[in-house]
This record gives sequence, structure tokens and C-alpha cells, in this order.
Amino acid sequence: MYDVLIVGAGGAGLTAALSAAKSGAKVAIISKSYPTRAQTSMAQGGINAALANNGEDDTQSHADDTFKSANSLANRDFIDKLCNSAPDAIAWLDSIGVPFSRTADGKIAQRRLGGACAARAAYAQDFTGLKILHTLYDQVLKADIEIINEHYMLNIDVKDNIVQGISALDIRSTQIRTIRAKSVILATGGYSQLYHGYTTNSSGTTGDGIAAALRAGANLSNIEFMQFHPTALKNSKILISESARGAGGYLLNSKLERFTDELAARDKVARAILKEIDSGQEVWLDIRHLGEEYIEENLPQERKLAKLYEHIDPVNELIPIMPIAHYSMGGIEVDENGMSAVNGLFACGECSDHKVHGANRLGGNSLLELIVFGRESGKNAVTYSKRYKESIERTEQLDSDISLIDTIFNSVNKIDFYEKRTQLGKIFYKNAGLFRNENGLKIALESVKKIQEELNLMGIEDKSKNYNTNLVEFIEFTNLIELAQILLLGAIERKESRGAHYRDDYLEKNDAIFATPTISYKTNGELLFKEYL
Amino acid sequence: MKIVIERYLKESYSQTFDVPLNSPTLLEALNYIKENIDRSLTFSSGCRSSVCGSCSISVNGTPKLACAYKVQDSDTISPMRYFKVLKDLVVDHQNAQRTIIDSKSYSTPLELTPNVSQKQEKLNELQSDCILCGVCYSACPVYETNEEFLGPFALTRSWRYVSDPRDGAQKEKIDTIQNSGVWDCTLCGECSLVCPQGISSKDDIIKLRTKSTQAGYSDPSVTSFTSMF
Repeated sequence: MYDVLIVGAGGAGLTAALSAAKSGAKVAIISKSYPTRAQTSMAQGGINAALANNGEDDTQSHADDTFKSANSLANRDFIDKLCNSAPDAIAWLDSIGVPFSRTADGKIAQRRLGGACAARAAYAQDFTGLKILHTLYDQVLKADIEIINEHYMLNIDVKDNIVQGISALDIRSTQIRTIRAKSVILATGGYSQLYHGYTTNSSGTTGDGIAAALRAGANLSNIEFMQFHPTALKNSKILISESARGAGGYLLNSKLERFTDELAARDKVARAILKEIDSGQEVWLDIRHLGEEYIEENLPQERKLAKLYEHIDPVNELIPIMPIAHYSMGGIEVDENGMSAVNGLFACGECSDHKVHGANRLGGNSLLELIVFGRESGKNAVTYSKRYKESIERTEQLDSDISLIDTIFNSVNKIDFYEKRTQLGKIFYKNAGLFRNENGLKIALESVKKIQEELNLMGIEDKSKNYNTNLVEFIEFTNLIELAQILLLGAIERKESRGAHYRDDYLEKNDAIFATPTISYKTNGELLFKEYL
Repeated sequence: MKIVIERYLKESYSQTFDVPLNSPTLLEALNYIKENIDRSLTFSSGCRSSVCGSCSISVNGTPKLACAYKVQDSDTISPMRYFKVLKDLVVDHQNAQRTIIDSKSYSTPLELTPNVSQKQEKLNELQSDCILCGVCYSACPVYETNEEFLGPFALTRSWRYVSDPRDGAQKEKIDTIQNSGVWDCTLCGECSLVCPQGISSKDDIIKLRTKSTQAGYSDPSVTSFTSMF
């Protein structure tokens, strides 16, 4: 029995593990692949902290910018905690060897990202997430924390609203195991794969932990808030960091005219770009004027990606771009200790709604969140596990999951779920994307309901019990479908425009009703929403 | 376009697939096959933008990232060499990643974190771009004869921390990489040729040899040679 079991091995999970293990607790991490393959590796731009290494800044301004961008859906106390802890988080990362870029006088270099009033994002060229993730991984190896690779969490084991552990599929053998733990920290990432084909995110970003938490009795918050990144490469849908605009990059339309403030908050820039595209314009990102030397020094990955995937060299060519799904603002609702509505079930990182991003996350705040709330939840889970009373009763979770997998193996597979996943991505981008309205959302909801009804006609063709990715991808798809309905119902109900949620049939923000998160939960298998206050 | 895939499930077999795509990356081709032709085809992938290190694979005998390679007609795709094959193109990375622990390639923080100058930061800027894809490991001919070799990515990681003024255990790291480490490399440079991040482990190993010499170590093969006289 573990004191703390961490599900997910990205930046949040590894940080939580290090924090929990520091106190001598028995800790394990489970990952559906390997730690360094996590979404964190793709974070490019930076990590925010008011260090004032490049002009004036203070934690109050950092909190003000974050609060303003969140558009009344965040909690000021949580934001203060995040921003006040930021300098210490950077100092910790510095101490364990994160190779941050440096100023001429040896300080950690900082640059400005969208929505920030100061140059606040510390960075390591444009590989910030990659370098933080690998440094954390090395620390986890050094601390000899157990890592259970290639295991996929099926469900969270809960009795009387108290966490008992999880059930997991060993991907290599298709065996189903119970892993007992006094506390569980979910660090499983977002759900952007709902926009399959229209997301910058990794193929594994399928909301597994969020869907499992919902089934286990946790509340979800603000699932309808999906952030679209303004600049993905048009053809390959690969991310080009905001740091390109932070450094002075322009957005141009077919007439080669600038049409928006490049450093406004992401929701505004993304909508401005899609408006141009919808009116028949091409949209380009132009960084030619920054010069080859600057680009090589500060944006080497952007240049490499543009060359490799779009066949253009941004040093002397325009970069064709479009906005696509990038970050899930919604997630598992947690309290000030990072705990969900289920006792002993914690969440941190993108899978949680830690009430700091609200309706629109600022660039550089997500890497920060991983570190600050990762450390907090690790510490708090240890405290919780000390007062946990071990239950001797066996739950039915294992049997139920064994029969779930049996059912999938015996499925008929009359309808192809890969095809449905592609269809779903298209309809989500079109109807539940940057511009939404009741009619479009209801059409998407009908499609989702139809898929739900037909799920028993879908399944797997690979019946091997050895490393069955067809099986894993099918279960991921069922998790996405569970969240699809919640996103759409939340978006239909929220009859206003706020941050990333923009309704062209309700253009104004309506604080009288909607200045509060959308909370969903399940009771006896039935999906319910809390009334707006 | 025809692609030959060397598959494995209990035993090895070869299968040819026809992929009607125009100039796809290898990963796009594999995804096409899985979604449209054969759902049992098994491979790993993640970010599709060369940074998560999941989709490393062998193309006509050379290890590469599937997401960063434009597949050509009649290419032969196989799992990476020197890794245990789990199924089709998926290999076990756990043993290879043990070399990070065996070489102690992690930071041992000092009590007080010293400032790092711009010049010092440049010493391991490139080395810390490593994505742990295992491509260099698979290209390294030393594994033909020595399974214990710490290998290119672990030694590049070792250099990363040895060259970092914030690390408090540089001597210990140098001590750790003497056996099956820096001197076992043949300096053939195969690792440098294949690295998708442009890292040269060979160069890092040469730098680590210099550090080792400064610490009083010498090339054991040279020592045994001179002792013959």
C-alpha cells in the first residue's frame, strides 16, 4: 500500500512525487507511457515569476494580470498563492539544474508573453518545458521513486467517498491490477484531443484522469473553457510559441497588413485570426525582422519546426498559421489543499481546475502551476495519508474493470471509432471552437449522443493481449466522449461570452448569472450540473 | 507508395502496406495504416513535433523519429536495434534509461545555488535539448559487444551536469563513468550523425575524457598497452 500514488508523469506528477517523497512517504508514479514523453515537453515559451530580471515587476502585478485575464472565474486567493510562490518555484528549479537562459550579468533571462504587463516569463530558449521536465525526471530517478511505466489507469477505487487506490491496465500484458494507496494525486493532463486533428497537443491528451475522477464522484469545473493557441502551423497543426510574438513578431493577412494587437490575451488574438481566415484571408506570422542571429539564439525550435513541418525558413519567409485547441482550462475542481470532492483524491496540473486560469490562461502560467501546485498537492497528500484509516474490505472495482475489458475484447466493431474520432474533432473545431452558438452546439451534442448510443457497436479489431494500443485508444476515446457531452452542455448553458467561451448569439458577458464556474458531477451514473448562483 | 514493415508478435514477420498519401511523414503513414488498413499495427507516438521522443524507429537500418522523416517508396521500417522488442515497432526503453541512474547523470544541488553566467549556460545548452528518444543508443556499435556500456545519451547527460556550476558532485560523476563509460566509446560518431536534436555525444565523451584525465584517470587500453613493455 502506497502513501501517495501519482497518476501521470509530466511536470505536475513528477513535482508532486518529489514533494511527497521528501517527507519519507512511500510514493509511486504511474504513467501510460514514459515520464519524459508527457505534454510538458511541448511547452515552449516560459514560466512566469515576477523576478524583475528584465525591467520592473512585482508579484502583485503578476496576480493582477492573471486575475484580469481569468474574467471573474478564478479565485484571487489561489492566484495570490500561485504568484507569490512563483519566485521560490524558479529558485527551486534553478537549484536542481534547470538550464535557464541567462542575461549578460548571469541572472535568469525573462521575456514578455501575451497579457502580461512585464517581461515575466523565465525561459530556456524555446525548450522551457522540455528542459524542466527532463531535469525533474533526473531528480525522480535520483530519489529512487518507483515509476510504473506503460500502465493505464482505468478507474479510481473509492469506498464511501474515500480513495482506496486505482485499477490499472498493464499495457504490455493486458492484465488488470489494483494498486492500493492511501491517497491518489491525478496529474493526467487535459482533454484537447476532443479537437482531434485541430490541436497542438500530444495524442495522449485524452482527459483520462478527469473522466475517471468524474466517475469516482469528483466535481468538474469549467469544462467548456478550451484555450485556442493563436499560432499553430497551418498544415501540420504544430505549435509556434507565443514567444515569437513576445519578441516582436507580427501577424499579417493576405494584404500583408497587421490586423490585431499581437500581444493581447490569447482568446482575443485567436478570434481575430480566425475572423481573417473565415473571410478568405491567409494569416501569416512574420518574424523575419528579428534577424537570423536573434532567432537562432532565442527561437531555435520555432525555426526548426517551421522548416521541418511547413518547409519554410522563418528567417526569410512568412509562417502560415491558424489557431487551434491548446489548453484545457477546465478540469477537476479542487479546494485550497488541491483535494477534489472525493477524500484523498488530489489533482494538479492541467487536469485540475485550480481556479487560477478562469476563462483564459496566460502564457507562462501553466508551467508555473505544475510546479507550485504540484509541490503543494504532494505535501498535502502526505499529510492526508497520515490520518487515513486502512479499509480491509475489498471493493468491486477490480471485478468491474476486468469485465469492462472482457466486454471490449468481445465487441463486434461494426462502427469504426477512429472514423468517429476524426468526425468529432472536425465538428468540435467548427461548432464548439472559437465561435459558438446554440444551434451549432446542439448539432454537435446530437452527434455526441449518437456516438454514445453506438458505443456498444464500436470496439477493437486487435484481439492480442500483448501491447494492445488499439484497446488503449478505444478506452481513451470513451473517456473523451464522456467529457464531450459535458463541454457541450456547459457551453450551451453558458449564454454569454467570457474569455475563451465566445457565443456569437450572446456577445456580452453576463455577470449577474455567469460570474461563477460551471460545475458538473455524477450521482448514480447520472450527469448533473449545479445551478449557477 | 509501398512501405515494408518488419513486425513482431511472438515471432518476426514482414508485411508490405500500400499507403495512398502524398509525401507523408512516416508517422502519418503509420497512423494511416492503423486507422484504415490494420488496427493491430503497433507503434508509439506522442507530440508529432520531434520533442517527446516517443516515435523513434529504424528506417532502412538507420534510427530516426517517425514524425520527422518523410517516408519514401519501398522503405523498410523496423524496431530499433539493441532494444528488446515488445510488439511490432514498440521497444522497451526501461533498460536503456537505467543508464541515467548507473551514470549518476542527475543534479546534486549545492547548499547555495551559485549564479550561472551566460558563458557557463552555453556549455550545456545543446546537451539539455536531449529528448531521450534512444536513437543514439540504437546507433551505437559498442552495444554489439558490451551491453553494460553507459552509452551516448547517458554520457551526454553526464556532461550536462558535470559542466554545470550548480552541481555539487562532479567528481563523483567522473568517478562513475570510468567503467563501461567514457573509455569504452570508439569515437566512431554514429550517435552524432543520427541525433534528431543535433547533439554530438561523441564530442561530449571527448570532453568527459579530458575531465577524467584532469581527475587523474587515464585510458585503460593505453595503460595496458604500455605496461606490456
